[in-house]
Amino acid sequence: MPDRPLFLERASFRRRRLGDAARVLPVLAALAILVPVWWIPARVSFAAGAVWLFGLWAALIAAVWALHRALRRADAATLRASQAIAQDDDHAL
Amino acid sequence: MLDILMIEDEPNIAEAVRFILTREGWQVALHGDGLGGIEAIRSGKPRLVILDVMLPHRSGTEILAELRNDHDAGLAATPVLMLTARGQATLHLPQADAVLAKPFANDELRAMVRRMLN
Amino acid sequence: MPFEALVAGCLAYVALMFGVAFAADRAASQGRVRWLDHPVVYTLSLSVYCSAWTFYGAVGYASRSGLEFATIYLGPTVVFTGAWWGLRRLVRVARMHHVTSIADLISARFGKSNRLAAFVTLIAVIAATPYVALQLQSVSLSFEVFATDSLTDIPLAGGGGTALWVAAGLALFTILFGTRNLAADERHHGVVTAIALEAVVKLLAFLALGVFVVWGLADGPADMLGRIASRAQDQGWILKPDRWTALLIVSGAAIVALPRMFQVLVVEAADEDRLGTAGWAFPAYLFAMSLFVLPIAVMGQQLLPADANPDLYVLTLPAQSGQNWLAFLVFLGGFSAATSMVVVCTIALATMISNHWLVPLWLGLRRKPQGDDPEDLRGFVLNARRVAILSVMAVGWLYYQATGGTTTLASMGLVAFTGMAQVLPAMIGGLLWRGANRNGAYAGVGCGFLLWLAMIFLPSVGIGSPPPLPAGVDPLAFAIFLSLTVNMLAFIALSIFGMPDPVERLQGLSFVSAVDPIRHSRLARGADQAEPLLVMARRVWGAEDALRFFRSEAAFQGKSGYLPDLTPRFLTRLERRLAGSIGAATAHAMIDSVAGGAELTVSDLMEVADEAQRAKEETQRLENATAELARTARQLREANDKLTALSVQKDAFLGQISHELRTPMTSVRAFSDILRTPDLSEADRDRFAKIIYDEAGRLTRLLDDLLDLSVLESGQAQLSITPANLHDLIERALSAASATRPERVFRVDREPLDEYVAVITDADRLLQVLINVIGNARKYCDAEPPVLTIRVRRNLRGGAQIDIIDNGSGIEAGRQALIFEKFARLNDPARAGGAGLGLAICREIMANLGGEITYLPGQGGAAFRIVLPRRPPVPVDAAHRLRA
Repeated sequence: MPDRPLFLERASFRRRRLGDAARVLPVLAALAILVPVWWIPARVSFAAGAVWLFGLWAALIAAVWALHRALRRADAATLRASQAIAQDDDHAL
Repeated sequence: MLDILMIEDEPNIAEAVRFILTREGWQVALHGDGLGGIEAIRSGKPRLVILDVMLPHRSGTEILAELRNDHDAGLAATPVLMLTARGQATLHLPQADAVLAKPFANDELRAMVRRMLN
Repeated sequence: MPFEALVAGCLAYVALMFGVAFAADRAASQGRVRWLDHPVVYTLSLSVYCSAWTFYGAVGYASRSGLEFATIYLGPTVVFTGAWWGLRRLVRVARMHHVTSIADLISARFGKSNRLAAFVTLIAVIAATPYVALQLQSVSLSFEVFATDSLTDIPLAGGGGTALWVAAGLALFTILFGTRNLAADERHHGVVTAIALEAVVKLLAFLALGVFVVWGLADGPADMLGRIASRAQDQGWILKPDRWTALLIVSGAAIVALPRMFQVLVVEAADEDRLGTAGWAFPAYLFAMSLFVLPIAVMGQQLLPADANPDLYVLTLPAQSGQNWLAFLVFLGGFSAATSMVVVCTIALATMISNHWLVPLWLGLRRKPQGDDPEDLRGFVLNARRVAILSVMAVGWLYYQATGGTTTLASMGLVAFTGMAQVLPAMIGGLLWRGANRNGAYAGVGCGFLLWLAMIFLPSVGIGSPPPLPAGVDPLAFAIFLSLTVNMLAFIALSIFGMPDPVERLQGLSFVSAVDPIRHSRLARGADQAEPLLVMARRVWGAEDALRFFRSEAAFQGKSGYLPDLTPRFLTRLERRLAGSIGAATAHAMIDSVAGGAELTVSDLMEVADEAQRAKEETQRLENATAELARTARQLREANDKLTALSVQKDAFLGQISHELRTPMTSVRAFSDILRTPDLSEADRDRFAKIIYDEAGRLTRLLDDLLDLSVLESGQAQLSITPANLHDLIERALSAASATRPERVFRVDREPLDEYVAVITDADRLLQVLINVIGNARKYCDAEPPVLTIRVRRNLRGGAQIDIIDNGSGIEAGRQALIFEKFARLNDPARAGGAGLGLAICREIMANLGGEITYLPGQGGAAFRIVLPRRPPVPVDAAHRLRA
């Protein structure tokens, strides 16, 4: 079965990169919320700030939603792949 | 002096044996349990022991073995008649002087006891 | 809106909440948890974060400090963006250890130390009391708005009566749905469902108000932004970077560390997968709750008199505009926010207080021998929780009465947040760093607690004042940074220079690597009796749950009956399940006290670490195969043991039959011979004839039993299946069995109402079994005074079970497997008359009726369970005949 390791590696590779993204996201979120306030507090305290803050907030929610969906699919794909291999092994036995 | 000590847990059988042997003129004492059986023999010093095989707490064969190993040589040599309800398989008891299978005929019992006491 | 209508509406709403909680609890008890466990319900229950402080206070906060209010919701949002690897892992580890509260988590991680848990509980109680008071205040304030019709002179503490009623109602709700039973996992479906519904109400109310303000009062979003921009000259609204950062950190900490948040986030979670949904849905909820805060604040300032309380804008704005229904909806929203917070907070605190203060204290005070009072612990724990709930509520109300209310809602919320944040370094450190140890945790949490007390808590209640600071340094931000920094440094320093004890290292491994914990195997080598453990588990969970757990564990090991081997796996699982009811530290101590565990040594630890390492490296498949093999091996061993025992018995069987037949025969023969003696007295003759008669009867009975048994064993028994009432059968069995040893007077403990169960069975055969079991109890129960307990339970799938329990010395574990064998009682000194076939016949009868009879260990005496199916199975040939 030449394509077996390739398949598994692809699924798990994708799964790992998504995991990395899940770790980086909160750091990015914290930076995006903190930096403007330290940098230009007076400019982000009123209407412009409100638009920036709630826009960022909505973007974060969308990002988490997309990320979690992708992670769940990747998990399912990894599971399927390993099950397929387990079945192949059973047949081989 | 005590003629016969009977160790038997079935009260009806014990009563029957006592009735039969007492009518022959012997003095018969009863003990109803394996526990304390050897002590009863030591204190009563009977001329003959009638011992049931299947007793609660201590079996008749155990009591017999202990009796035969008693440091009092006279007591250790006390004649023992074993009663068994387990059929032919258990009739072979080398340490016993005689074995009687249940159920027995009363004459058989009388004759056996008479022979052993004389 | 008239005040009476408000009260009536409010009461109707409360009744609805009680109904929802009741229905959810009912559904859960019937096993219908699918929708209760839905991630959406979970997400909504997290919104207990948005208490009355959010609902009323956020607008007040925003009108004073502008956008700064958003930090309280942005902090949790940042934490939830990391839900996939952060929170999921926290929930997974906590579920693995059946953690009941944040104090329990810390205690379990740092060597199951109850003292540490008690300390964390103390912080939680101190921090939460003003917060609970605040919620009561907000409810009574909102009542006042409707009662006084004035916008400015609303007394802060005028509603002491209202607050008292609210507190009493909430205490009732919490006790009803929070302390129903002591399950092996601390989940409250009724409460969670009710607060999920309240979450919907408060969100809808707030959104409705926001839409009204933006499109009704203002002229749409563009106009709204213009109004916000016009505040540009307000210096109070300029964001301060230090406060901004400190508040983000503290609110991010609060989302996991606040007792109520830990309760809904971790303890009530069925598994960690629901965080996949909650990860984005909860930030979305917070977003929706925050979106209209600034517009409402701005409109309130522009439309209402300058001295109106900004904390009440959400109510006074619609009331002022004549929108009575909207005002009522908002009122319900605020009411929901306050009540859900108080209920969950009280449950969480009560669990901590009872598990870490009251139960250890009580167990320490009374060192009585185990098992003398079987139901005591369960009842005590539940009552301790009820007392704790009442106390928390009462102290909250007293605090509110004593302080006369605070002027700003936001400040008290922040006090609680900063207090619980002191626990976070120890918690995160414990989850990520195996080197973290108990002394470090004590030092870190202790330093943080003292600094918080001096710099934040005491000044907030008017005792002392924060230390003087140079101008430009914000006192709150400074206090937060200082306390958390000192906290972390002390934690790290003492962890580095200290040495954790073995239990701690074991727990550290389990928490940091998220692997199943292993209880050290010392115990397994000691006593091999599971029965005392069963007795102990029964004291905590009650008989039924304990038996079910032990039976499933025994079945997993491939054993039948209720007593599993004391494998490390079993002990670990038992301890964790117990921990789910009474906390890790107490569970650990109890198992040690019952099973006599020795101190764990470093060499044990190495062994366990090796085991854990190996277990980690093994693949799932291998694990399954090994478990399967072990199971099969155990089954084989049990079968082999049984076969050996059986063959010994088989050899003995003929001897037994012979013995049992010859013994009465001997009496018959001897006495019939004696009767032939001519000179017998009349009295003797009568007596001997009676003996012959009795012994002949005994022979007949024995032959009957043998025949009965062989018919039953061959499956040829004729059953006459009819409907029967268990109550009548038990009644008849009791009166028939009273002939056995009539001199013994038994007290019979029954629950007649439960006994009215109709079953379809062979009533005579069942009666035979009942008489036999009750007769045995009468024969062998050696207690004084003797008590016979009979309990009937209807099974979920139809059928019934009957437990017959006496208070004697029971049957020793080694003989429990043999008592149902033929002539099992043969070497029994107390064999009174019968041949020892009774229970063998009972077992065969029950098998023929499609049920079973088993011995229940650990019930404080001999205990038998008779299980009846809904109806007996149709015999093969009968079914055949029907088809033909």
